[in-house]
Amino acid sequence: MVRFEDVWLRYQNAARPGEPALDVLRGVSFEIPDGGFRWPTGPSGAGKSSLLKLIYLAEHPAKGLIEILGTKAAKISRRESALLRRRIGVVYQDFRLLPQLSAYDNVALPMRLAHRSETQIHADVTEILRWVGLEQKLLVRPDELSGGEQQRIAIARAVVARPKLFVADEPTGNLDDDQAHRLMLLITALNRLGTTVVVATHNMALVERYPAPRLRIEAGRLLPNA
Amino acid sequence: MPKRDYLGLRAALADRMLPVLVAAMSFLAALALAGALASATLAATWESQAASALTIQVPQPDQPDPTGRTTRLAAVLAALQATPGIASPKVLDAATEDALLTPWLGAGASELGLQLPGVISAAWTGAGTPDTLATALANISPGTLVDIGAVWAARVAALTNSLLDCAVAVLLIVALVAAAVVAVAARAGLAQRRETIAIVHGLGALDGDIANRFAFRATVLAVGGSVLGTVLALPVLAWLAALAAPFSGQAASSALMALPMPLWFAMPALPIAAAGIGWVTAQLTVRGWLRNLP
Repeated sequence: MVRFEDVWLRYQNAARPGEPALDVLRGVSFEIPDGGFRWPTGPSGAGKSSLLKLIYLAEHPAKGLIEILGTKAAKISRRESALLRRRIGVVYQDFRLLPQLSAYDNVALPMRLAHRSETQIHADVTEILRWVGLEQKLLVRPDELSGGEQQRIAIARAVVARPKLFVADEPTGNLDDDQAHRLMLLITALNRLGTTVVVATHNMALVERYPAPRLRIEAGRLLPNA
Repeated sequence: MPKRDYLGLRAALADRMLPVLVAAMSFLAALALAGALASATLAATWESQAASALTIQVPQPDQPDPTGRTTRLAAVLAALQATPGIASPKVLDAATEDALLTPWLGAGASELGLQLPGVISAAWTGAGTPDTLATALANISPGTLVDIGAVWAARVAALTNSLLDCAVAVLLIVALVAAAVVAVAARAGLAQRRETIAIVHGLGALDGDIANRFAFRATVLAVGGSVLGTVLALPVLAWLAALAAPFSGQAASSALMALPMPLWFAMPALPIAAAGIGWVTAQLTVRGWLRNLP
């Protein structure tokens, strides 16, 4: 379960500490049950990415309660926080691949951090890279891949450890329609297996093709669903 | 090496600057360590030699003693030979006395017609100090002076202890500078790998996972540098030991053999200390930096 209760997120401009802090999320409350699927939508700068950062524990709220996979985020140690992150698969808007690692090693990283065996890592990583159509590029480094290929590596890395919660920020932004459709098949398959899914997007055609409740955000506030 | 080096620390903590700086630190530490050990050894030797030395001055040595049967000098010598705890009493001959007085009276002091005292050297092997000896000898030969080496031993001890303290202080300073060097290198590596660490942190890496990788790399580099610095210090130390051999009273068949045995046992401690400094400093630096991440 993912639960937000009156959550505020505030950014202070480090370059101008005298200026008042900017509230990027204001009193956001919602709940996603285990195995649920939500589309956070809204215009650029509305606060979608900030909402996702709170979900994947990259930010602390200024106020409010956040519960991720049954754990209250404010009450856990750094170690517990790290272990909770391992249960969350994230696709960042800018992919955030490690440039010094090959495609294979990038995808294997979450499993290595979880101390899985190399045998299992090899089986799962080659399988997922085949699924995203990059089985021929196992040893290629990210800077030698196209934007779409990098995005598919980022997606493979997010799902390889079978996360309980999948969070993606514009995951189809660099993909053509066919690749986007394949990705959505993967995400819906994950969702059917019990993974909670939160995907922020501008792509309303995608939202309409794969219907699920929306989290509509504007100016940092969550709007009621129509 | 992605499995072992996913943070890219081989590039971020490069194998040039840190080992060279730690090698320089270890070189200095080896010199300081040798200085400390040499001070301690000399302190022990000098203190025991000075504390046991006795010098007895007998004025008017050729005058008869109170019994009138022998000279004062012979009587004092006989008394010393009969005293328990006194070893090897020996009257200094005229040539030796001349040599001792040369700095003050010039050569041939005995030919100046001065009334010089007879001088007897001996060693004290008893416990404590021979406090009653001066009184006993003064009864045999009035005005006889007994110079006990313990006073000099205390001064020598103060000097050598001071040298020892200086050497230990230098070792501590070198250790602190080495820690600072490792901390700066670790922070530079963190700055270079900021993005990578943020990503790995986001994927669920524990602070300990990241800190251990930095600490392992810093330790390997520190140990490498320390071994290099220690080995480079050996010929210099051997040269210094050979120069100091006449001073310390120890002759050696080769330059390396001139190094005191305790130093051979202490030198391997330098890379071990460098490893400890590298590991602990890197751990503290990286864990402190990671606190900035959520």
